[in-house]
Amino acid sequence: MGSYMMKRILVSIPLLLIISFLTFVFMNLSPQDPAEVVLHAQGVPKITDELMTQTKAELGLDKPFIVRYFDWLVACLQLDFGNSYVTGQPVWSLIGPAFLNTLKLTVVSSVVIIILSILLGVVCALREGTIIDQSVRGFSFFLATMPPYWLASLMIWYFAVKLDLLPTNGMDSYKSYILPVAVIAINYAGIYFRVVRSSVLNHLNEDYVLYARACGVPERKITMHILRNSLQVAVSIFCMAIPIILGSTVVIENVFAWPGLGSLSVRSILSRDFPIIQAYVLILAAAFVLFNTLSDIINAAMNPKLRKGL
Amino acid sequence: MNILEVENLQVTDMNTGQIIVYNSSFHLKQGNCLAIVGESGSGKSVTCRSIMRLNKPWIHQSGDIFFKGENVNHLSEKEMRKKRGKNLCMILQNGMSAFDPSCVIGVHLRETLAAHFGWSNQEIETKMKKAMESVMLKNPIETMNKYPHQLSGGMLQRIMIALALVLEPDIMIADEPTTALDTISQFEVIEQFIQLRERMGCSMIFVSHDLGVVKKIADDVLVMKDGKIVERGDISTVFSKAEHEYTRYLVSTRLEVSNHFRKIMGRV
Ligand SMILES: Nc1ncnc2c1ncn2[C@@H]1O[C@H](COP(=O)(O)OP(=O)(O)OP(=O)(O)O)[C@@H](O)[C@H]1O
Ligand SMILES: [Mg+2]
Repeated sequence: MGSYMMKRILVSIPLLLIISFLTFVFMNLSPQDPAEVVLHAQGVPKITDELMTQTKAELGLDKPFIVRYFDWLVACLQLDFGNSYVTGQPVWSLIGPAFLNTLKLTVVSSVVIIILSILLGVVCALREGTIIDQSVRGFSFFLATMPPYWLASLMIWYFAVKLDLLPTNGMDSYKSYILPVAVIAINYAGIYFRVVRSSVLNHLNEDYVLYARACGVPERKITMHILRNSLQVAVSIFCMAIPIILGSTVVIENVFAWPGLGSLSVRSILSRDFPIIQAYVLILAAAFVLFNTLSDIINAAMNPKLRKGL
Repeated sequence: MNILEVENLQVTDMNTGQIIVYNSSFHLKQGNCLAIVGESGSGKSVTCRSIMRLNKPWIHQSGDIFFKGENVNHLSEKEMRKKRGKNLCMILQNGMSAFDPSCVIGVHLRETLAAHFGWSNQEIETKMKKAMESVMLKNPIETMNKYPHQLSGGMLQRIMIALALVLEPDIMIADEPTTALDTISQFEVIEQFIQLRERMGCSMIFVSHDLGVVKKIADDVLVMKDGKIVERGDISTVFSKAEHEYTRYLVSTRLEVSNHFRKIMGRV
């Protein structure tokens, strides 16, 4: 098990390197010269060739590509993502707090999604074909097909404007969480509870359930076996869901003016603030790799067959 | 005396309205072994599961199933659960899938025995150990701490038999217990079934494709085709003068297989 974990973690390092390299390449493919962007952003009225060369040297843009990549990578590892082209502040000082805010939203949403999905999925599977199952599935389908921004606007209009119960934007108190978390949870729980449901159903049809019943094992214990096995699938899917939710908060954050990564990244894209976009992409990609690794490790820990084969 | 009497058992798939088993009646004598043979999809497994009342919720069964004179088809789920394992026990075709893949075998054994007897873990262990040794499983304690995928199909089958030995059911229902095994393990498992009957004198329903095996173990035979019983009788009659064309076909094709089987095992 320990060696598997080591192996899995070692495999993720080249993956992260590749991702970081691609991020760097893509940013450099952009048709605009960063030096020009910086000068524009700083409001320099007339851009001379001399000024360009000087700025390039300041930003280290005159060095060879590969050298720049390694400089950048080493700096990134120390959380130094450079300075914002627009404000000149260090990227981390902008992205750090935003990341924390997004993380808070993601964690709360993920917890709600996981609890809802497991609860609904298990209940629906154990009551397959009944009114409960059918109505939950129908209703969730209806909700999941609503675009999140539309659902968000609808909820803001109803709960915040009409009933005046909850704040429309920002993150001032725990109340601010309710609407954005609800929108995210409705969208994702509607998908993930189906995964849990079908996984539980698959296991309900397994021979070991029939045999356990034929042996007179109490239904409560059989249900525990089914849960344990079907949640194995769910755990890895949930692990993969967290970075997806992290990335998808862009829309929700913009609707609710949540001071997180999503809002920041959209602003940076509009102002071509490359270092921030670069850091954003890198953080998101690292989150994907991290949670993917985590999900594999958890899966191996739970599944003796996998553990053995590794 | 008949320990089990099935009368007018009709099984319907409520989703499609299709009848899976038609109006089937048969009985099992105390201490006897009744074999059910027939082609794939003829309803053998469904019949077995009907006796245990373990068909899927959308499969509806009607008729009477008298176990020791009591109609189990009308028992509540709770009362039925007490009968499962203790009175009616089942052995499945595929040992590999019959145990929870993420638990060691011992978990299932303990849970089953704890459900029926007030034994301590210590007692359970000694009883299982004895039973497993008697079905020729070496290192029983070690085996109990193994996961299903670490054991062979034949071993898992024998573990199910060992569990049945401890449970001492009145009726054992074995649904193709040897089909998934290679010839050597098949032979070993069949030997265990024969010994099991000799030791416990329990009655048995034995589903099989292999008429050679059936000939060795069963007293009576039912032949099923498309959900209907097309032939019944004691083993020698059915084998020597089958009335139904389908049975004659089965006998002619399967005897060849069993001759081959005997040759491999060096028995004449
Ligand atoms: N859970 C189920 N839902 C719907 N139909 C089923 C179900 N189980 C069995 N059937 C139907 O019942 C019929 C008989 O199936 P059954 O499994 O009893 O056959 P069998 O005689 O045991 O075949 P085999 O030799 O392949 O095991 C099949 O046509 C099958 O489609
Ligand atoms: Mg079958």
